[in-house]
Amino acid sequence: MSKRVIVIFPHPDDETFGAGGTIASLVEEGAHVTYWCGTLGEMGRNMGNPVFANRETLSIHRKRELEEAVSVLGIDVVHLGYRDKTIEFEPLEEMVTHLRTKLEEEKPDLVLTHYPGYAVHPDHDALGRAAVEAVKEMEEPPELWLHAISNDSEKDLGEPAIARDISNYWDTKWKAIRTHLSQADGMVDLLNREDQLERMKTERFYTGDQLR
Amino acid sequence: MEPIVKEEAQKEIDKFAGTPVYVHLETTNGAYASHFNAQAHNVGAFIRNANVTYEHGKIISTGGGYRVGLKLELGWVYAEGLTDYEVDEQNRLLMAGHDEQGRLMVALEISETPFAHEADYHE
Ligand SMILES: [Zn+2]
Repeated sequence: MSKRVIVIFPHPDDETFGAGGTIASLVEEGAHVTYWCGTLGEMGRNMGNPVFANRETLSIHRKRELEEAVSVLGIDVVHLGYRDKTIEFEPLEEMVTHLRTKLEEEKPDLVLTHYPGYAVHPDHDALGRAAVEAVKEMEEPPELWLHAISNDSEKDLGEPAIARDISNYWDTKWKAIRTHLSQADGMVDLLNREDQLERMKTERFYTGDQLR
Repeated sequence: MEPIVKEEAQKEIDKFAGTPVYVHLETTNGAYASHFNAQAHNVGAFIRNANVTYEHGKIISTGGGYRVGLKLELGWVYAEGLTDYEVDEQNRLLMAGHDEQGRLMVALEISETPFAHEADYHE
């Protein structure tokens, strides 16, 4: 049976910017990957450059962009129905139950989410925390891979156990980045810097036993 | 959105005066400000679907952008840094201020009907 992978992040683009190469490689290895996307990113600050979205239409653009991105990556998407910027204010227990119930139905082998407390954006930390708690409550917990973003993650947590060279999947990741047209501008700027580009060709994840 | 034309925006603001409206008011410098610059401080606030009635509203040019003030019976709604506006297909007045990279810094929106507030799937 093919490996079942659930990716849990809050925003349309987290899957690509944070883990696009890894996702593409898992798909090529035969895994069935689904992205559980927490929100539609409706409160995002980037409106395209030049601006083509506004606060009220941003979610429409981002949902469409995500549909293109997941088709580039070869995965499915499920929307969890939370609202951008507000996840940390939802009752944690309710989110944990929501996610645990869904995970028990899906029985994934691997869950990929943000490392709670080290993922910079409050939505990343909050959804990552709920996902980690949900996995811990499961009778047969899947493997956990945790994406950390914060500048002090290595100082506090040491080296991530997993470092995946995604050079062979860079074209796919790049294509997926470009589908996130309303959000990609800052990311593309970053990638025009050679040092950053090389850094982006390795995706690193902490494992469940590196949680503290 | 298009660059604000003061007289046109004033007309749109006037249309909503004296009737109950829903307001979306927001300002942000992004969730990554202090990630990219340790000296920076993340700042943001929003209120969505504040249900208010304003007696009158006024738009003021600051040279680089615009300020809008709406006078309520018991207070004010205020936004500074607005640069662009549009009246969308639902007749809502959407105003926003963007930086040189097109990122939203401030928004003030006025509507006779509530703005989408649940996660909205547009399906
Ligand atoms: Zn995100």
